[in-house]
Amino acid sequence: MYLIRMCEEKIREHYPSDKLKTPVHLCIGLEAIAAGVIYLLKSDDQVFGTYRNHGIYLAKSGNTDRFFGELFGKVTGEFQGKAGSMHLSAPGKGFMGSSAVVGTTIPLSLGSAFVNQQKNNGRLTAVFFGDGATDEGVFWESLNFACLKKLPLMFICEDNGLAIHSKTSERQGYRSITDIVNQFDCHVIQSESTDPEVIAELTAKGISHIREKGGPVFFHFKYYRYLEHVGINEDFQFGYRSQNEFEHWYKVDPVNLQRAKLIKYGVKESSVQEIENAAIEQIEKSIALANQAPFPPETDLYQDVYA
Amino acid sequence: MIKTISYREALNLAMTQEMQRDSSVFAYGLDVSDHKRIFGSTIGLVEKFGSDRCFGTPLAEDAMTGFALGTAINGMRPIHIHIRVDFLMLAMNQIVNMISNFRYMTGGQLKIPIVIRAIIGRGWGQSAQHSKSLHSFFAHIPGLKVIMPTTPLDAKGLLASAIRDDNPVICLEHRWLYDIVDSVNVSPETLVPLGEPNILKNGVDLTVVATSWMNVEALKAAEVITKLHGKQIEVIDPRTIAPLNYEVIYDSVKKTKHCIVADYDWVNCGFSAEIAARVSESCFNKLKSPVIRLGFSATPCPTTRPLENKFYPNAINIIREVEKKLNLKPADLDKEEFYSYENKFKGPF
Repeated sequence: MYLIRMCEEKIREHYPSDKLKTPVHLCIGLEAIAAGVIYLLKSDDQVFGTYRNHGIYLAKSGNTDRFFGELFGKVTGEFQGKAGSMHLSAPGKGFMGSSAVVGTTIPLSLGSAFVNQQKNNGRLTAVFFGDGATDEGVFWESLNFACLKKLPLMFICEDNGLAIHSKTSERQGYRSITDIVNQFDCHVIQSESTDPEVIAELTAKGISHIREKGGPVFFHFKYYRYLEHVGINEDFQFGYRSQNEFEHWYKVDPVNLQRAKLIKYGVKESSVQEIENAAIEQIEKSIALANQAPFPPETDLYQDVYA
Repeated sequence: MIKTISYREALNLAMTQEMQRDSSVFAYGLDVSDHKRIFGSTIGLVEKFGSDRCFGTPLAEDAMTGFALGTAINGMRPIHIHIRVDFLMLAMNQIVNMISNFRYMTGGQLKIPIVIRAIIGRGWGQSAQHSKSLHSFFAHIPGLKVIMPTTPLDAKGLLASAIRDDNPVICLEHRWLYDIVDSVNVSPETLVPLGEPNILKNGVDLTVVATSWMNVEALKAAEVITKLHGKQIEVIDPRTIAPLNYEVIYDSVKKTKHCIVADYDWVNCGFSAEIAARVSESCFNKLKSPVIRLGFSATPCPTTRPLENKFYPNAINIIREVEKKLNLKPADLDKEEFYSYENKFKGPF
């Protein structure tokens, strides 16, 4: 989780150099959900994400060299710069896809879960999406199909109360999404916790439900987006949301919370510091590598349009 | 083994054989396993392969198309079937934003073997929302392949090739072609390669490039032209809309020096414009007349029969254009018999 936070902070630091020519949707404030859920998944379990996918990528793959290579648009990137930040994934590590069009990976997760169900291989699929995606028809189509086919699928709604800048109250003509999803043949789990251990415990409960009773689980997790929708800056000055909200949520900042817990559990602060330093060192090395790496040759433009 | 089969049987044969050959192939879509079986093209699939490999879906084209992509990146070869092309508009987000891009956006790490079959309706009041072909829409997008089989052999061979292809392929089937019969080698290995045009009739005086049902009209026009004017029309069916090897068309036009494109679609910004532009670029100094395009009227398709007749291009339109190009006196066509709803062409080609 610290690695995710610091990758994002380093992106903020290097973004003004204009060497990362890719729109970034940073996940600062969101780290506990990806970290907590993916902690409970096996390496061959499959996940899908959104354009706010850095946490998912790092939790599932952990490869910061390929991560920064991709953001810098270099041959060392996961997809040699063809994906950038918004379409980042790591199919070899079970991160099967993300997308810059809201809601579009949700039905893909149906396909994965269907194949795993047919093969009876015990693999799970988790699809991460924001509350904005629940405005889209495809979310409801997908929820219906998952329930109909009793798919082994985890819907993970990362609810920050905003679709870009539009608040839930400006978008939704109903009171509670969890109440509605409860009307489907779908198990619902919800939390406002920013503690990755709590998220992991709830994930374990959801997985048990899938294993024992079958059918999908809908997780509704609240979090607070610290920065602007896209980009590296704060945006409280525009007045569409209040800094007080941030102050409220920052008291339970997932990274600070976990750090304090580790020390409370008896881990020496120096040991925590060592882990943090190692993460920063790893990130710095990866950024240096990405800086030095070559861009793909122009002929790459025509590669991989067709198999 | 050579057998006489219909276009619908050819489609069914291709799916049955490929599902037998490869257990990763499955077929699904609204009503694929109901009593009507997509105009008979999915007969026997659920009985042979079970409801895990042939099943109906909710009315959810968007999600059900993304579902195909999810299965494809997990090693499956889905065939998603739609009773009308028009309904694919509900799936365009997945087709254009996801399926077409997904291999490219993952640097070639993933293969996307998906077939989307969709039927083009016509007649008996199919009207504005059940009659579109839209092949130009799909052909515009890099990463997609688009086929339009005309003959039973192409229905079998192109569809089987599409199922074996590691890319997304959209297969557009004209409803009126379903009843056409022809002799086809029914071996599982009867394949027609994607991207290669078919010369349906040889000729030396003028080239007609026609798509889907317009090949039936073009062949009829060629027959009448030969009978009444003694001229030989070459009819070329691209069969694949994209990506297409245009050389066969260029060679034909360089020989005949005249080209008419009879596309089963609107003319504006359509596939006919693509052919006309490319032929003009590649055959400019051989052409004796400008490339002419025929297609739907620039209107929605109307319901009432007299307006619908006017909406669609037909053999007579082709004959009149040929006569203009070759400086022939317009022939009296009163005694000629042309195809209509009630007088359907049933082949063979």
